[in-house]
Amino acid sequence: MSAVSAELPRHIDRRELESVVIRFAGDSGDGVQITGSQFTDTTALAGNDLATFPDFPAEIRAPAGTTFGVSAFQINFGARSIATAGDAPDVLVAFNPAALKVNLSDIHPGGLIVLDTGTFSARNLEKAGYATNPLEDGTLTKYRTLKIDISKLTLEAVKEMGVSSKEGLRCKNFWTLGLVYWLYGRSRQSTIDWLQRRFASRPEIANANIAALNAGHAFAETAEMPGEISSYVVPPAPLEPGVYRNITGTDAMAWGLLAGTQLAGIKLVFCSYPITPASSLLHALANLKQYDIVTFQAEDEIAAACSAIGASYGGALGITSSSGPGVALKGEAIGLAISTELPLIVVNAQRAGPSTGMPTKTEQSDLYQAVFGRNADSPVAVLAARSPADCFEVGIEAVRIATKYMTPVIVLTDGYIVNAAEPWRIPDMGAYEPFPVQFRTDPEGFHPFLRDPETLARPWVKPGTPEMMHRIGGIEKSFSSGHISYDPENHQKMTDVRAAKIDGIANDIPLQTVEDGTEGGALAVVGWGSTYGPISRAVGNLRAEGEDVSHVHLRHIWPLPRNLGDLLGKFDRVLVPEMNSGQLVTLLRAQYLLPAEGLNQISGKPFKISTIEAAIREQLEK
Amino acid sequence: MTVQQAPVALTAKELTSDQEVRWCPGCGDYAIIKAVRSALAEIGTPRDRTVFVSGIGCAARFPYYMATYGFHTIHGRAPAIATGLKLANPELDIWVVTGDGDCLSIGGNHTLHVLRRNVDVNVLLFNNAIYGLTKGQYSPTSRVGTKSPSTPMGSIDNPVSAVEFALGCGARFVARSVDTLQKHLPVVMKRAHAHKGASFVEIFQNCIVYNDGAFAHFTDREIAADTQVFVEHGKPLLFGKDNDKGIRLNTSTLKLEVVKVGENGVTVGDILVHDETNKVLATLLAQMQPPSFPVALGVLYAEEGLDYTTAVYAQVAAAKSKKKAVPMAELLRSGHTWRVGV
Repeated sequence: MSAVSAELPRHIDRRELESVVIRFAGDSGDGVQITGSQFTDTTALAGNDLATFPDFPAEIRAPAGTTFGVSAFQINFGARSIATAGDAPDVLVAFNPAALKVNLSDIHPGGLIVLDTGTFSARNLEKAGYATNPLEDGTLTKYRTLKIDISKLTLEAVKEMGVSSKEGLRCKNFWTLGLVYWLYGRSRQSTIDWLQRRFASRPEIANANIAALNAGHAFAETAEMPGEISSYVVPPAPLEPGVYRNITGTDAMAWGLLAGTQLAGIKLVFCSYPITPASSLLHALANLKQYDIVTFQAEDEIAAACSAIGASYGGALGITSSSGPGVALKGEAIGLAISTELPLIVVNAQRAGPSTGMPTKTEQSDLYQAVFGRNADSPVAVLAARSPADCFEVGIEAVRIATKYMTPVIVLTDGYIVNAAEPWRIPDMGAYEPFPVQFRTDPEGFHPFLRDPETLARPWVKPGTPEMMHRIGGIEKSFSSGHISYDPENHQKMTDVRAAKIDGIANDIPLQTVEDGTEGGALAVVGWGSTYGPISRAVGNLRAEGEDVSHVHLRHIWPLPRNLGDLLGKFDRVLVPEMNSGQLVTLLRAQYLLPAEGLNQISGKPFKISTIEAAIREQLEK
Repeated sequence: MTVQQAPVALTAKELTSDQEVRWCPGCGDYAIIKAVRSALAEIGTPRDRTVFVSGIGCAARFPYYMATYGFHTIHGRAPAIATGLKLANPELDIWVVTGDGDCLSIGGNHTLHVLRRNVDVNVLLFNNAIYGLTKGQYSPTSRVGTKSPSTPMGSIDNPVSAVEFALGCGARFVARSVDTLQKHLPVVMKRAHAHKGASFVEIFQNCIVYNDGAFAHFTDREIAADTQVFVEHGKPLLFGKDNDKGIRLNTSTLKLEVVKVGENGVTVGDILVHDETNKVLATLLAQMQPPSFPVALGVLYAEEGLDYTTAVYAQVAAAKSKKKAVPMAELLRSGHTWRVGV
């Protein structure tokens, strides 16, 4: 790079862009996730719509410089509504050769790559698996590059700040952030405020990072940037009026579950066992104890489910969370809650693969497990969140169904939803109708499996209620007395009534609507969970081109909305994109005898919009 | 336990549910339920504040026969369910009824954690050293060589000692009794109930069908006096028909030994005095086995400590005093927000 220009341009002529995708990538220890979340906050404050995709390695601190230790954070932001974290980055910020190696193939030809040349040592090139230096061997000719010795410039920027050179070098993510802020005309203030709060007890660290941030910004502003690198402006998106915030799926779920228990007027007892990527929900709720929440880190997944059931038996709402392997362990306990008809919520942040699989990668392959994955006839309600913010609504709905129908509810999120963030128009809490739990206290004519004729739910009695002593258990019980029963006809009747209770929830949920498009036509694209973003954008793009395609997205996986079969029957074809090998599509085919077809991707990564667009075109050409 | 409330007048009959008891005739469980009802009648906790939680096995049918609240759950998980119940409502008196397979095999992990967390529940282990409900397989407390349908040539794995396991887990109340000891058993249960925190009581229980006489070598009436020692806090560890045998600590080997008062210059003053707050002593007593030693019965170890739910709610209270529980609408607006449009 040339030296810093002495003349400061007074007016910067910025090119306007509709949307931009940036990916930050580096070692797990480079502060990539912090850089990404700071850019996200600042971008949200600038009024853009956005979606993010944090992508971590499973190793906490993999050996520095290796490809398997590369952590990435992608953000798509725009002056229009943003549905996904973006198919291919326009900008890659690579903090080391390994980050370049892992991410280069995803970048648009002509995309911008910002590189820290200070890390391109022979040793690091070797660790990344480069035989020759990509800065010199023509690898990057397809791209625009900004090759800067960020390491050296960062150390220069912080040398007066009283930090060690090791600490100083760790500021390079903020130096780079400063540079990227300049490229997109972003204010540094929110990040400066955050650094001052974050390092309140170590002001020298805060000051060093702020100095690095300012230095990176000043460098971009004053350096003679290569002619092809211009600065940009991404104007605010036309969002619905209201108060907005950024929210991750984890926080939205924590708040949704809390809001739900407040609307139900009961105590929340959250029992969980650490597992990636579900643990963050336990952390979030553990920090909300001022709401009388009890959080319990159990000894294992089974104990987590069982203690939640014990809490529900005691008159609180027991909630447990996990990821697929942990939910498998909870299976027998979920059966107990089905048999004793106690409310229970099981939040499953799905991850990739059977067994350990790929814990930090996303997938939606636990639909069968949620709907069918237990011994015997054991129906439960199943809900799925479509996006980070949607977790709030789904959390409330799960509490409503669990307490009204005295049933376990399985809530499906995934690794993408729980970690990703999006702007959220904060809802008006006054608009939510309370659904207070009525505990039974009247002993007159009571038995524990007497049912509400409308919901078929049994009464919920708190131990401690005078004159209501009774016994429940996992053994089959008599429909008419609640006592243990091995009577064959009774077992048939109880099996039927447990199924009818869950089926009946279909009368108490909204009819399925069409997200985008018409109620009938050539093609319905049916999705569930986090495929919402790419499907909605793909369908939107093709509808804009005049194609006859509509988007239907399910929140209620079981029972399915009662009009869904009729609705899908009005389309010539049904396409079901899923990050599994075809689970919802099988369910829809079985339920409605529809010739639905799947689009299946099991790569640990969200769908690209272009993949879904191509599949839609193929369907429409058939 | 948690709430000091005046005891109510209660009879064993009022604690008996209307359900037909389905244990085998002659099962030790009959004696235990009689002792439990008698203890509960004396304790006087209202029936509606008492909950029995069980797992799976013969013993686990227990809650159905008590006119209290009851929850018959799944195999091995009763301690976890009881923990959740106690977290939801710390004011309940919770009893966990479990067998040796339930407590120490499939549920061993939960037993460990309910004890080390010191959750204020009373765990009653009905140890019959056999799997009864599944028709007689050997259990984790069966002696080596136990012949059973699954071990026709005799079991080969070493049994676990329930009370040593409990002490190792960090249990702060560990006691032992025998199903037939109808005077001793209610006293031990009342002590367990009075203890704040997790209480662990091992009850040797005879399975008349699959393991009859498993404990006869120290429970038979003719030999019991010489094969059992009843430990009492502050009293010397004396036993025997004439109460002249005692337990002495050999300070050079750090082992216990049985001595006879009046022989070899031994006096009562040489006999160990039971200190139920001494965990080392409790462990030594727990290890004693016939024929060299008598089996120690009674409260082996009892030391108060902070119980789990008290600590949990202390944190909730601390969180409340530190952070205001602002209305939901305000919580959603905490941190960075921005306004779009009007």
